[in-house]
Amino acid sequence: MEFVKNALGRLVPTEINGRKLKPFMGAHADQGGGEKYGGKVAAAAKFNNKLLDNLDAAIDACEIRDGMTVSFHHHLRNGDFLINLVVEKLAQRGLKNLVLAPSALFPVHEKLVEYIADGVIANIEGSMNGPVGRACSRGELKGTAVLRSHGGRYRAIQDGDLHIDVAFIAAPCADPHGNANGVNGKSACGPLGFALADSLWADKVVIVTDHLVSFPCHPWSIEGGNVDYVVQVESIGDAAQIVSGTTRITRSPTRLLIAKYAAQFIADSGIMREPHFSFQAGAGGVSLAFVKYMSDLMREEKVTADFIRGGSTKYMVDMLKNGLSKFILDGQSFDLDGVRSLRDNPAHIETNPFVSYNYHTKGCFAQMVQVAVLGATEIDVNFNVNVNTHSDGWLLHGIGGFADAADAHVTMITAPLVRNRLPIIVDEVTTVTTPGETVDVIVTERGIAINPERDDLLQRMKGSRLPIKTIEELHDIAINITGVPQKPGFGERVVALIEYRDGTIIDVVRQLLRQD
Amino acid sequence: MKFDFDDNELKKNEEIFLDFAVSGRDQKGDLLVEGERRQKGGVSIEIASSVKAMFGARIEDVVHQSLQMLNAENVHFRIKDNGALDHVIMARVEAVARQLWAIPEPGVLPQVRAGISSSAKDRPRRTRLYLPGNNPDIMLNAGLFGADCIILDLEDSVAQNDKWPARILVRNSLLAVDFGSSEKIVRVNPLPTTNFAIDLELVVPAAPDVLLIPKCESAGDLQAVEQMLAFYEKRAELTNEIMLMPLIETAQGVLNAAEIAAASERNVALCFGAEDFTADIGAERTPEGKESFVARNLILLAAKAAGLQALDTVYSDVEDTDGLTASTREAMALGFDGKGVIHPGQIEPIHRVFAPTQQQVDYARKLVAAIEEAEEKGMGVATLGTKMIDAPVVVRARRILTLAEGDAFKSLPQVTRENKDE
Repeated sequence: MEFVKNALGRLVPTEINGRKLKPFMGAHADQGGGEKYGGKVAAAAKFNNKLLDNLDAAIDACEIRDGMTVSFHHHLRNGDFLINLVVEKLAQRGLKNLVLAPSALFPVHEKLVEYIADGVIANIEGSMNGPVGRACSRGELKGTAVLRSHGGRYRAIQDGDLHIDVAFIAAPCADPHGNANGVNGKSACGPLGFALADSLWADKVVIVTDHLVSFPCHPWSIEGGNVDYVVQVESIGDAAQIVSGTTRITRSPTRLLIAKYAAQFIADSGIMREPHFSFQAGAGGVSLAFVKYMSDLMREEKVTADFIRGGSTKYMVDMLKNGLSKFILDGQSFDLDGVRSLRDNPAHIETNPFVSYNYHTKGCFAQMVQVAVLGATEIDVNFNVNVNTHSDGWLLHGIGGFADAADAHVTMITAPLVRNRLPIIVDEVTTVTTPGETVDVIVTERGIAINPERDDLLQRMKGSRLPIKTIEELHDIAINITGVPQKPGFGERVVALIEYRDGTIIDVVRQLLRQD
Repeated sequence: MKFDFDDNELKKNEEIFLDFAVSGRDQKGDLLVEGERRQKGGVSIEIASSVKAMFGARIEDVVHQSLQMLNAENVHFRIKDNGALDHVIMARVEAVARQLWAIPEPGVLPQVRAGISSSAKDRPRRTRLYLPGNNPDIMLNAGLFGADCIILDLEDSVAQNDKWPARILVRNSLLAVDFGSSEKIVRVNPLPTTNFAIDLELVVPAAPDVLLIPKCESAGDLQAVEQMLAFYEKRAELTNEIMLMPLIETAQGVLNAAEIAAASERNVALCFGAEDFTADIGAERTPEGKESFVARNLILLAAKAAGLQALDTVYSDVEDTDGLTASTREAMALGFDGKGVIHPGQIEPIHRVFAPTQQQVDYARKLVAAIEEAEEKGMGVATLGTKMIDAPVVVRARRILTLAEGDAFKSLPQVTRENKDE
């Protein structure tokens, strides 16, 4: 394997899985060009009856062979039944060396580790977490895994870097033509946008639903004209695990303090009062509290956002209802309030990674967001962020939308400075997910660091009583509490690539030889 | 009451040593330590840790060095760590060692990292945040929330079996944890138990700002405390005198409040404890608090007559901000200077109530400006209008300005009912 140094000084391979790779050159260095993936021309006359009796019939019809790539979306989160079900059936057929292309995996998919060990699954492209990530770290995948952001995954499929043979799309509501949405039915999950690229470019597309309605299923997030087969099953997921009934804010005083600092930063910097204010936040411990405090500050100063971007939650829905935002642009719904609002409120708009995050487009929403508030595992003194590996070296998380959302005007990381003796700010991150040039503000319970490249923000925060510090100061504070951690020892073998949103390789994850 | 004590008697039951002992918990920020005495084989340790890849070697060093300083001979120690910091590891190892053999006093003290707290007899004590003394994880960030005082508790929140590990942990935390600008208070166990004396022996060398003395009932109690405190201060060669806060929570104590307040020059405030008081008089604690109204007022008057602050009891429903605010308003209206706090989310509502009015702030600004101008011009006496400004007036004005500007972002909004189940 040949390696080359990328723009961040990380050694990355030039070719893997038979594909030529480009090293990361800078967050916005890629200029596009080249051709998109074409796909095959279909004929409508052949698609008068797509409805098959069961999942087996669909698998038969798709003629899946050894080595093929099958894809899934993760809108059903930890409630998903489909991935385990399909992979089990493929394994029963004796298929080997399959490539799995999920947009994300959850703890419920732990069983995949066995299929990796059995050789049913040879590689994973897209995302992985927890037990499957550990298996990857141990070197159990035959191939080299590729981790992509949500936007990067769409790009890879659109550009032909990731060819999908068969896409299985779990659909909470669908009609026999294959039109599908995520807002109706007992397994309602909200948007279905993560499946869009799969539906457009996979050779075969199977809609699997537990709520079949007669044509037309409307609204349609997935268009029937892209669908080969439709299957009705008893249940595609566990509703209780798909969305949470109620979203609760953390009670940790430390996390509440971080959220409050983040909201106050946006107010003190004046960003909140500028025209076209907008922000993005997720559903993590700090994020929900942040949305609540942000709402309070906006209400006090009578500010209305042009839009807010979710992961929608009750707290975002409340902002929409109370006139604190004109729109929600929603990539996924985290609770029932989010799902209902998406279904019923025309100002709550479903999005997909093409419009939100894809770099190989003529512009995407991420670059229009004023402030993105995101979490992280590690940040280094150069503001590079790691969301993939833990400080001990284990690959435990996918990228999610991180690298894409970091294209906001102000990218703000909220994280406890010390977490279970681990300093969040380190001299050098274990793995780079996102380059420091896209990361602007780090908010911790012991101080806030602003990227020195953002002199505008430094100027704006003069006179604020928030504890503004340099990132080196925060690093010192952290190390003074925890002590200096040892670096994990890695083996030689590259087990996963971290692909930046433009398709270049920003870093690699190497095998761990330990067994802890 | 003259408290008669002999230092050697405090060496408790130490002639009886165990063969096997345990300390700490397998919880976030803590560790479980098991130690076993053996006939031979020297010192051996076994470490499991959630952060072994990053800190395994360091943990091993800390345990080895601690055991060496404790004169360990033939022992086997098993550690199950969950991200504990060095001073916690040392505390747990020492707590086990003390049960297994006679260690050289004063044990293993961690490196001093604590900041210098801004304590003074008349500093604001609007909020005093209670923390259980045997829980290392919540101590780490306790200084971030802007509480005027932090109380590391060795009394009610610590089970009898945990008294030793807790006082070692509290001692180490006083030395190694930065509690920010909060005043450091230790609530010791009440007189005349043996626990009280051992608390002092362990904790005084770590120089807390204040000792909170529970169940104070007479001037004699305070004199006994003073006497022992002076002894341990001298032995530890402390330069500053530790201050005292008598906690009055019995009928007897209430009736003797005036003599308690006057009993010691070290006194800075009288505190009222509602739970124990209502139990003592055989009443139920009610939201209206009629059962303790007289007692609170007696304590308040006694404190003020002696030139001390009067500090009200805690408000125990952490989810009821409105109730907390109303209770704080009532306490302030009576003349109290602060309330007890059991969750950081209670700090901001209380500070809001105690915040100086705009009128007070404006006047304080004028005063400070006048005094600065006088200093600049080299004048010995400053005047505002026709009035001469006295030094204590300036001190009060500066304090009002500090309060007005100080803690706007250091405290937290309230926990709300909707998220109470998390």
